Amino acid sequence: MIQFENVTAYYEKDAPILKNVSFTVERGEAVGLIGANGAGKTTLMRALLGLLPHEGRITVDGVEVTKKTLPEIRRKLGFVLQNSDNQMFMPTVYEDMIFGPLNYGASREEAEARVDAVLSRLELTELKHRHNHKLSGGEKRMAAIATVLAMEPEAILMDEPTSALDPQNRRLVINTVRELPETKLITSHDLDMIWDTCDRVILLDRGTVAADGPAEEILRSRELLETNRMELPLRFSAL
Amino acid sequence: MNKMDRSILALREMDALAAGDSPVHQLHPVAKLLTTIAYIAATVSFGKYQLSGLLVMILYPALVFSLSGVGVGTCLRKLRFVLPLVLAVGLFNPLFDRAPLLTVGGVTVSGGVVSMVTLMLKGVFCLAASFLLMATTSIDDLCAALRRLHVPSLLVTLLLLTFRYVGVMTEELSVMTDAYHLRAPGQKGIRFAAWGSFLGQLLLRSMDRADELYGSMQLRGFSGSFAYAGSKRFSGRDAVWLILWALIFALCRSFDVAGVLGALLMGGNR
Ligand SMILES: Nc1ncnc2c1ncn2[C@@H]1O[C@H](COP(=O)(O)OP(=O)(O)OP(=O)(O)O)[C@@H](O)[C@H]1O
Ligand SMILES: [Mg+2]
Repeated sequence: MIQFENVTAYYEKDAPILKNVSFTVERGEAVGLIGANGAGKTTLMRALLGLLPHEGRITVDGVEVTKKTLPEIRRKLGFVLQNSDNQMFMPTVYEDMIFGPLNYGASREEAEARVDAVLSRLELTELKHRHNHKLSGGEKRMAAIATVLAMEPEAILMDEPTSALDPQNRRLVINTVRELPETKLITSHDLDMIWDTCDRVILLDRGTVAADGPAEEILRSRELLETNRMELPLRFSAL
Repeated sequence: MNKMDRSILALREMDALAAGDSPVHQLHPVAKLLTTIAYIAATVSFGKYQLSGLLVMILYPALVFSLSGVGVGTCLRKLRFVLPLVLAVGLFNPLFDRAPLLTVGGVTVSGGVVSMVTLMLKGVFCLAASFLLMATTSIDDLCAALRRLHVPSLLVTLLLLTFRYVGVMTEELSVMTDAYHLRAPGQKGIRFAAWGSFLGQLLLRSMDRADELYGSMQLRGFSGSFAYAGSKRFSGRDAVWLILWALIFALCRSFDVAGVLGALLMGGNR
């Protein structure tokens, strides 16, 4: 459903961050996107969402990402940002959640119903009328995920969903993410979390795809990970 | 908590106030916006000696304060930085305009004093009315109302983003000042030599964050129309509110309703 063909993306014209990246994500797949700091994971997601200029071809469901198709593309993709503070901009969780559906033309009743459904699915009903700036980091992350789910995207992009969470909240997010039936593209340095949530892994190194294969293979390969400035997941490193 | 944090809270406090529930909060934002504009127009249009007439205009803020449950104290606290400026505007009038205008209880009052008080009251009234609008209407509803009045989408989006941007900027400022002071113990304020890079950083950082925020709004379908806000219908009640106040303001302006009252209040020497 998501396809990159020889994609080069850049912030400044003469310094491309992604270089010749190609891969395909099928509908329903859960793909982990890993790589050291600065490898280009966030950049890849931003390019996919049309927040960054690119060369080459990016398609979602066969529709190429261009200025004209952006509304259609963005409607299909939900993006959970690395920093939840930048994700939530309305005063309360409820208002934030209802923002997307209403913008995409849902009626108020319909949007309300969706919000309630998502909140009860994530067991967050008590957060509904809370003020965003008064949420803890974990609550904020869960609320950000809820905001994105309320838009009923076909695929979900998550940028470091477990960063800065305590073990319990991390576990909560992992379990939630694992249950989501949508197509998923998840970046993280938390390789144990990638192991728990993804079947396939794409390894980026300095803007290029260094490896792409089953999680089983890549996450167990000490050599591959170490040459790309990473370490084995904790659960394997003890072996 | 440093000063910056408090001002963020202040911004958010406006959000919280606006999220309240009262007969005024429930009014349609367009009705409130237009009433406020009519009020300000009427208030400003009083002549500089028409003090008694102007006094009656207190009716509107007084009533809205009590109906909305927004505290006068809150208002004064929020406006404490602007109020002195407004009050200072008329300060010199008594020096220039010394012609006696009226006598109250045997004391002769010069034109300058009257015009000074008039000017101050105008300022205070207009500020109070704007504050009440902000405190009973969310920024999104307000923007939606402006859009419905056909104010260009670009301007309205700009207003909305400015509101959000100020919040983001104060947040960044707060983080940066904290970081600065942790490494510059005992320093008051920020060393002059560091201002340049400090401000540069602040601008870049808050621009990045504002960019992400705006991106996040776009990703959720925001395109300058305020579909998500102000789903309220303009009801009979809203129309009554608007028309009634417009009539009252017109009445206060054209007939000397106030003259009569004023005569009673001030001894009738005018
Ligand atoms: N706004 C920007 N302007 C210019 N260059 C940028 C910008 N944002 C990021 N970069 C550069 O792009 C490269 C990739 O950054 P990116 O944020 O995609 O990395 P990442 O893989 O998400 O890293 P992390 O794990 O630290 O989040 C980095 O070298 C960074 O310096
Ligand atoms: Mg990143």
